[in-house]
Amino acid sequence: MKSPDKHSSSGPDRWLDEHGDYLFRFALTRVRNESTAEDLVQETLLAALSALHQRSGQSSERTWLTGILKHKIVDHFRRSWREQPLEDDPPTGLADEPGMDEFFAEDGHWDHKPASWGNPFRSLEQSQFFDVLQNCMQRLSPKLAQLFVLKELHDMSNEEICKELGVSPTNVWVMLYRARMNLRQCLESKWFENDREAL
Amino acid sequence: MLTCKEASRLLSQSMDHALPRMKRLELRIHVWLCSACSNFEKQLLFLKRAARQLDERDSQTDQARLSSEARERIRKAVGK
Repeated sequence: MKSPDKHSSSGPDRWLDEHGDYLFRFALTRVRNESTAEDLVQETLLAALSALHQRSGQSSERTWLTGILKHKIVDHFRRSWREQPLEDDPPTGLADEPGMDEFFAEDGHWDHKPASWGNPFRSLEQSQFFDVLQNCMQRLSPKLAQLFVLKELHDMSNEEICKELGVSPTNVWVMLYRARMNLRQCLESKWFENDREAL
Repeated sequence: MLTCKEASRLLSQSMDHALPRMKRLELRIHVWLCSACSNFEKQLLFLKRAARQLDERDSQTDQARLSSEARERIRKAVGK
């Protein structure tokens, strides 16, 4: 691959060649569906074309295009958020009633205590670890996965997420909590338990 | 004294914004005394860091690429 950022304004006819795969991967990490990711790349390039005259030369072309793609991804989440069935929504009672919680016993103790992961940061040097993480993200319900992406990959505040998706602050924190609980459990069983001998 | 269930919720919230001072204090005491919740907190911090590196991982390896069909379709749609 060439190093596109060195010539930061190659012009629209080179966008697809120079940034297409990058934008596609960026989208695919977030939406986990190839045809949706392809559509998002297309929408991004179309939007970029019509916004070309507003572009200030401040950032590199790739950074600029990625910024547009990020907006397109949020738009996509907002649309799919409305279309998804209601049973994905958390119960309004927050599962605070005794016995209503999948992770805790009635007395508030962990059902399965989180184990020590040793020095987990070593895993970040292994590409297989990221495959497991993506796989665990895919096992989340679509809404939980989308919230996790907006929070941790797009680095949005809870307030921004509420505004963009039209969700209440309570739902945002409850769903982020559930996403994290599920991801933690998934990583522990799919990666760290197998990795234990190596620690 | 907080239960583990309450502590786990506060720990998740503390990843997103600062907690009120008293809550923070209660939480620190619980985590100090409870190895499961202490593990949980480390795992949440790790998860945050790992998620941020997903993009870097993707750009380093030549994994997914636009298929030639998708590329042609997009080229036509964009008209370039």
